[in-house]
Amino acid sequence: MSIAPAPPARRPSPIAWRIATVTSIRDETTTVKSVTLSIPDWAGHRAGQHVDLRLTAADGYSVERSYSIASEPERGSDVEITVERIDGGEVSPFLHEVVVVGDRLEVRGPIGGYFVWEAAGAAAAEPLFLVAGGSGVVPLMAMLRHRTRAGARNPARLLFSSRHWDDVIYREELAALAAAGDGLLVVHTLTRSRPPDWTGYDRRVDDRMIGEVLAPLGAGARCFVCGPTALVEVAANALVRLGLPADRIRTERFGPSGT
Amino acid sequence: MAIETDETVLDGNAVAGVLATAFGLEMTDVPGRCAHCHTVSVVGQLRAWTRAPGIVLRCPVCAGVVLRVVETPTAILIDTSGATWLRFER
Repeated sequence: MSIAPAPPARRPSPIAWRIATVTSIRDETTTVKSVTLSIPDWAGHRAGQHVDLRLTAADGYSVERSYSIASEPERGSDVEITVERIDGGEVSPFLHEVVVVGDRLEVRGPIGGYFVWEAAGAAAAEPLFLVAGGSGVVPLMAMLRHRTRAGARNPARLLFSSRHWDDVIYREELAALAAAGDGLLVVHTLTRSRPPDWTGYDRRVDDRMIGEVLAPLGAGARCFVCGPTALVEVAANALVRLGLPADRIRTERFGPSGT
Repeated sequence: MAIETDETVLDGNAVAGVLATAFGLEMTDVPGRCAHCHTVSVVGQLRAWTRAPGIVLRCPVCAGVVLRVVETPTAILIDTSGATWLRFER
């Protein structure tokens, strides 16, 4: 008789809070900033995962918020989050107006295992269809940055809904990624105002728009949808009606609790 | 599918941190069965009501309560009575 050794843990152990240092802050739009955190003992992450941030006041009151990681896994422990300023929020105004490079913040992660995409195995070759509303683009940007760094050339499309052209988060970088000629197309829709020469979509995401942008990828696409609840419902239901199997559609609702 | 347009309603991905702390592992890809309508969803698909002292996770199909989570300074309490089972892969 022998005692079998304990099997290796398949999943990460409980998540500990760590002290991260802010190493850069960059404006993305007038209301959105990207903050890079250097996180000690970072075990690596997958594109689509989050970190939780905890702020604690002198009197012990603390608030936690979950932020999608914007940086690709290849960037390692320099973990970038992108934060939209929500007026009246508790955390985002602090991150926008108070935090400076060198500050230390409590962070835990990476968190999440459902809304993730990796350019490995079969997924690296399958068509990828991403739908974003506003700052819902953040985890999808991690996927696109990862796709590029991993050298994947699978057909990929991002349908990105913003209110105004100047509100488009990562606008220049998305244009550069799409110009690289590795199979990515970025399609914008602007719901509130358009530049004078605008020829793209000018309405909220709907069934017809989803169908038109998805069509070249076909029903074998792997789909990730992230944005406000209404957009997520419309897009996910449209994809089901277009014949995509439910298990190829992954959704993440993004909302004002992330303030 | 229940149509949910209330912008304050999120999903299980938004509360993955507290669930991972309580269970000691990543929970968003863990499937569970709703005790009310018997639909199997992964935790990341559950609808999450987070703007209250506790977190309520509801079935995306029937809106029945599947999990309730309350954090206190000394403990995390989870009511699992709305789930007939959760499946953890070895």
